[in-house]
Amino acid sequence: MRILVGVKRVIDYAVSIRVKPDFSGVVKDNVKMSMNPFDEIALEAGVKLKEAGVATEIVSVSIGPEKSVDILRTALAKGSDRAIHIQHDENVEVEPLAVAKLLKKVVEKEQPQMVLLGKQAIDDDACQTPQILSSLLKWQQATFASKIDVSEDKSTAEVTREVDGGLETLKIKLPAVVSCDLRLNEPRFANLKAIMAAKKKPLEVLKMGEMGVDTENRIKVLKVTEPQKRQGGGKVADVNELYDKLKNEAKLL
Amino acid sequence: MSQVDYIAPKEDHLMPRQLEEEDVNHFKSIVGESGVLTTDIEGYNTDWLGKYKGQSQLVLRPKNTQQISDILKHCNQRKLAVVPQAGNTGLVGGSVPVFDEIVLSTNLMNQIKSFDDVSGTLVCQSGCILEQLNEKVMEHGYIMPLDLAAKGSCQIGGNLATSAGGIRYLRYKSLHANVLGMEFVLPDGTIVDTLKSIRKDNTGYHLPHLMIGSEGTLGIITAVSMSVPSKPKSVNVVYLAVDSFEKIQLIYRAAKLHLGEILSAFEFFDAKCRDLVVKHGANDPLDQPYSFYLVIETHGSEGSHDQDKLSKFFEHVLEEQHATDGTMSTDETQAKALWRMRESISECLRREGGTRLYKYDVSMPLPIMYKLVSDTKERLGSEAQVFGFGHLGDDNLHLNIIIPENQLEMVDLIEPFVYEWTQQHNGSISAEHGVGMMKRDYLKFSQTEQSIQMMRLIKKAIDPNNIMNPYKMFTV
Repeated sequence: MRILVGVKRVIDYAVSIRVKPDFSGVVKDNVKMSMNPFDEIALEAGVKLKEAGVATEIVSVSIGPEKSVDILRTALAKGSDRAIHIQHDENVEVEPLAVAKLLKKVVEKEQPQMVLLGKQAIDDDACQTPQILSSLLKWQQATFASKIDVSEDKSTAEVTREVDGGLETLKIKLPAVVSCDLRLNEPRFANLKAIMAAKKKPLEVLKMGEMGVDTENRIKVLKVTEPQKRQGGGKVADVNELYDKLKNEAKLL
Repeated sequence: MSQVDYIAPKEDHLMPRQLEEEDVNHFKSIVGESGVLTTDIEGYNTDWLGKYKGQSQLVLRPKNTQQISDILKHCNQRKLAVVPQAGNTGLVGGSVPVFDEIVLSTNLMNQIKSFDDVSGTLVCQSGCILEQLNEKVMEHGYIMPLDLAAKGSCQIGGNLATSAGGIRYLRYKSLHANVLGMEFVLPDGTIVDTLKSIRKDNTGYHLPHLMIGSEGTLGIITAVSMSVPSKPKSVNVVYLAVDSFEKIQLIYRAAKLHLGEILSAFEFFDAKCRDLVVKHGANDPLDQPYSFYLVIETHGSEGSHDQDKLSKFFEHVLEEQHATDGTMSTDETQAKALWRMRESISECLRREGGTRLYKYDVSMPLPIMYKLVSDTKERLGSEAQVFGFGHLGDDNLHLNIIIPENQLEMVDLIEPFVYEWTQQHNGSISAEHGVGMMKRDYLKFSQTEQSIQMMRLIKKAIDPNNIMNPYKMFTV
């Protein structure tokens, strides 16, 4: 059973984000970039399935500029067997619809039984690619997975999802798209020997422009600003003052 | 007076006058009501290890240099002893009173005066917390030249007074190398201002350097100007498992050879330390225990060049089988998790040992460094817990011992054995922690009588009434 894992190069989760002075975006120069944390979880899920004897091959794919190859090397060091880099120019934004279309091309070629993706990327927080991909492929989907169990005959999977009301367990037919949430697993450290071995694993580079997919942007970012700074609270002397503030300042009464 | 293992000073209590109502009122007129504390001051009276407890009745919290000057002027006239106190994270009992000396705290002196992001010059008051300074300069693309486990609480004034070392020392060197100028107040209240921001100034004795490492015995540091290094674009953290100390030395040589100028930290710890931090909640990135561990950090200006260097380094240590296993961080979160294995050792030792914990900080040639740990284990027997870790790249070992309950006499087996051993191997009995109260009577193991005499001369000239942190560092 082959599993395709999508991984994205984003600003490192631990970095303090700063908005550019012209409000056109966030500062990315000289900022540490790493694999999207939810994609790390997706990769770990795939590798665990391989270690359990369920999957036979893990293929990682990333759509990004030249430096995305670092993310793929990390994926190879953590257990991916092969990697595919769909490369585009610097400073190009690829929207979820385009990402899904590109992944569909890869799926058509690689024929995986499952596509594992992070539930969302921490830069745009779009949370759309897994759902759009599933629709384009006409495959079933299970998003926000916190547990994945594949059936003996690998024709179905039971996936527990984190939803607002609690947990929901779905049984889906494979092949399917599964997006991974925080509590699914804890990503491993890349072992030194594996880091060295990863250099020899196959990494295929494709040019985004030559994939026959319309990647034109349909969304324009007008402005990026910081959220309003939290105002400090205050103490009220008595009930009358509380009433006054609720009525006249907060206008809630 | 204080704790069980406390080394009582040989001279009598030197404070000839009692603290009187007029003194307290005078201090209130300098720092205001809120700057004077007389109750709930146990925290100021107790060191971080809980081993040294003073009985000060008064804590003063000035906000600026003039207030400190006025306070010291009064104390000098009245011959009232004073203990300068910053973050109170020192490990040798130097930052708390012995008797009832007044605690002079820099907690409220936490203003950053300026930061020039072209030259990387930081000017700030001495009470700024190291971690906050680091965050501030990082916003501008710089980092502080020092980093230690106590960073969340220690203040730059305390770092200077104790000449703190830490995990970046290997790359960014001592505070002497990074300080441009300083403002400090002498025991008689005189404000000495050498707070320049120029890089080279060779006009007379280098007074700030006298204050660095003086542990509050010559005056109190109130502000500093220092040059801080650029934030590296590429940082990597490597964690290696090694099965012998001999192999560690081979790895160190390989690191210097292959990593060269990007090598920034080279730390080690033994299996006992690893078991301790795992017991207290840390996650070991490797799936089985080994004898020794290394945490290596690199700082470089180009990620791909650093990766090339690291590849060559890994190839070497794996092919030659110097390292048995290892991992490297792939993002910031993992980097912090790897460092936690090394940086949480001190905190875990404190929790595990409490007052039965004995800490030694020695420097000696690398090849024999771990022999002190094994000799100590042999000497104390299996009931004592002996831990070895430290800044291997600086030849600095932190030897820690937790003695079993109700066996206080074991301390006599440890001291002066550790100091004598260090002296025999031409090491230092205090590589970076300083002298304080703890090593005051052992200075002779690392300094000649002539050196100590010269220290006494300087002390007498600057602090004739012996009011600044008395009883500490050496006997007057």
